[in-house]
Amino acid sequence: MAFEGLAERLQGTMTKIKGKGKVSEADVKDMMREVRFALIEADVNLKVVKEFVKKVSERAAGSDVMESLTPGQQVVKIVKDELTELMGGEQSKINFSTKQPTVIMMVGLQGAGKTTTTGKLAGLLRKKHNRKPLLVAADVYRPAAVQQLETIGKQLTIPVFSKGTDISPVDIARQAIEHAKAEHLDTVIIDTAGRLHIDENLMQELKDIRSIKEPDEIFLVVDAMTGQDAVNVAQSFDEAIGISGVVLTKLDGDTRGGAALSIRTVTQKPIKFVGMGEKMDALDVFHPERMASRILGMGDMLSLIEKAQTNVDEEKAKQLEEKFRTSSFTFDDFLEQLAQVKQMGPLDEILKMLPGANKIKGLENAKVDESQMGRVEAIIYSMTTQEKTTPEIINANRKKRIARGSGTSIQDVNRLLKQFEDMKKMMKQMSGMNTKKGKKKMSMPGLDQLFK
Amino acid sequence: MSFFKKLKDKFAGNAEQEQSTEKYKEGLAKTRTGFTSKINDLVAKYRKVDEDFFEELEEVLLQADVGFETVLELMDDLRFEVQRKNVRDTSNVQSVISEKLVEIYQSGEEELNEIKFADGLTVILMVGVNGVGKTTTIGKLAHRLKNEGKTVLLAAGDTFRAGAIEQLDVWGERVGVDVIKQAAGSDPAAVMYDAVRAAKSRGVDVLICDTAGRLQNKVNLMNELEKVHRVISREVPGAPHEVLLALDATTGQNAMIQAQTFKEVTEVTGIVLTKLDGTAKGGIVLAIRSKLKIPVKFVGLGEKMDDLQPFDPQKYVYGLFAEGLDREEQLEKEKADK
Repeated sequence: MAFEGLAERLQGTMTKIKGKGKVSEADVKDMMREVRFALIEADVNLKVVKEFVKKVSERAAGSDVMESLTPGQQVVKIVKDELTELMGGEQSKINFSTKQPTVIMMVGLQGAGKTTTTGKLAGLLRKKHNRKPLLVAADVYRPAAVQQLETIGKQLTIPVFSKGTDISPVDIARQAIEHAKAEHLDTVIIDTAGRLHIDENLMQELKDIRSIKEPDEIFLVVDAMTGQDAVNVAQSFDEAIGISGVVLTKLDGDTRGGAALSIRTVTQKPIKFVGMGEKMDALDVFHPERMASRILGMGDMLSLIEKAQTNVDEEKAKQLEEKFRTSSFTFDDFLEQLAQVKQMGPLDEILKMLPGANKIKGLENAKVDESQMGRVEAIIYSMTTQEKTTPEIINANRKKRIARGSGTSIQDVNRLLKQFEDMKKMMKQMSGMNTKKGKKKMSMPGLDQLFK
Repeated sequence: MSFFKKLKDKFAGNAEQEQSTEKYKEGLAKTRTGFTSKINDLVAKYRKVDEDFFEELEEVLLQADVGFETVLELMDDLRFEVQRKNVRDTSNVQSVISEKLVEIYQSGEEELNEIKFADGLTVILMVGVNGVGKTTTIGKLAHRLKNEGKTVLLAAGDTFRAGAIEQLDVWGERVGVDVIKQAAGSDPAAVMYDAVRAAKSRGVDVLICDTAGRLQNKVNLMNELEKVHRVISREVPGAPHEVLLALDATTGQNAMIQAQTFKEVTEVTGIVLTKLDGTAKGGIVLAIRSKLKIPVKFVGLGEKMDDLQPFDPQKYVYGLFAEGLDREEQLEKEKADK
């Protein structure tokens, strides 16, 4: 039940306009309604949407859309630009105090991911900023919250200051800061209990912690799946204690994350980090443009490219290209390729990042069977060195042996051999194309039919 | 008898009802003004049923996360209904709205907000994404069932998140029920196997199984959950008798995808709408109910042991828009004061 992205939504309006040759004001209005729909479905707060649409309408009513040959794309571009600009600004810069220690407070609703983010942030500060963090377990209310932070500290080998649950969070924080000074730990990260923004007693507690030593950063941790209420939450926390930045968590889910825009609009505070997974290093810098694409349902190509870049070895890629050209691509190279693809993460997650992937028939619910990849690997591992380099020699007897060795059937082996041959053929054609600077037409049979 | 009259009578009913209403009022309504005066306020604000009225209603519902599609459907229905019944007076339109909302929610089906108990051992599996309140809900549910005279056992199936087992342990102690657990990092399916065996040999009435939070788009984790489900059904035919999906009321439209995916994997039988004591309404459950036929069984209204209440669609629906209109009014007042 994936929601339609803005581009798809606008398509309907576009076909209406197409025949007319001219875009009227009414058409722009129609398009703006689609923009409104798309943003609300992405969980952007209604009031924020209204304000935003008004602003975009003014720009869209200007000549650039009305006279454009592709008004739909123009609207998408304007919307995306405006979104990016709204969410842009300073990124992951963290204010460090000149006077030790730097104090960072983590606040937010229950279940937003404060404790996990506290751990991730400490790891990041140690790695990238060379800081010596101290984690402070100031959540004395939720059962086992202290143990949770202690476990995370152990995983990261970062010290945790805890005093059990019988002492007030304010006292814990005060003692922790003293402790940090004595132990020469330069960054204190206080994990506070999750609380409702309308709970006056608990909000007062945050103010009390804040008054011990003015924190250098107060991060509001917000679940990316938050709906319309995000504005109330962000506004209340900001008004009560004055947040300095936002961490958006659980962005590795499939939510559009419109809350990002809502929060940014009402607080004017930057979104500094995003949580992208359950592992302790899954805390990334916030990219306004990517977030804009995501909210509009346009896929996240940039993240994909970056993922590929960090995981694919440049040198190896060149070697591989050479092999394609000379047709000396073997099963060993194939294995290596498989390993690289696997490194990029679960395949279906990668697929989801492709723009329009949810529009392709059959792909919207594509679940890539990773065990299939394992089977392919097993088959290749069951080959002899000679078989891997010259698969032509694989006869019926060898196939039987390979199938037995890998726990698959002869049909599986046959299929893989066929796929491998097809792949080699295709690669040869493609690399041949590259060397001739694309002068030759692509000569893949049936390809032109495929897209009709 | 009009809908609101019925509601009012319900509120004025027996003491138990009164108590749960108080909880709802505390949780949902926040403002302590009486029920009747609230209706009067609403009526006073809108003397006429016109487009302005509909527009504001639409916005209130959108801001309760009901979702565009459902709101548009509802608005069409309402306009039709108002025309058909020739309603002009707002005092009557209120009831039409609530009736319609409850109707969308129930879609003609019988309301099931109770746990389905089996003859022997009843197994309840709790599922959901990270941080929605699964473990807390289990604690509250165990307390509730124990008070009903049932013997309860808990299974610490979240072996992944740091401190999750300890968290359930604390709840077990508070409520006074045993927790079956293994070391952190062990196979959750193995924990379930142990727990089911223990539940059978001890002859308890109810086994409630905790699971680790997982985002619904993580295929591997969803497969793991399927395995947990399979192990339970293999050990107890017909189990799990209830699969409860914990949904955070703060969650927006993604809740629909959550419900759909979890339903595919574990045959969800009901929803627990948590954190309803905040300002978020979780209006998406209307759409979930009407599209996926998953009813809300309980609502979480706070952090205390007895803050889990059976879901009452009428009270819920009232909270959806009444408070929204109130807040709107308040904001306008504040603006005017400035």
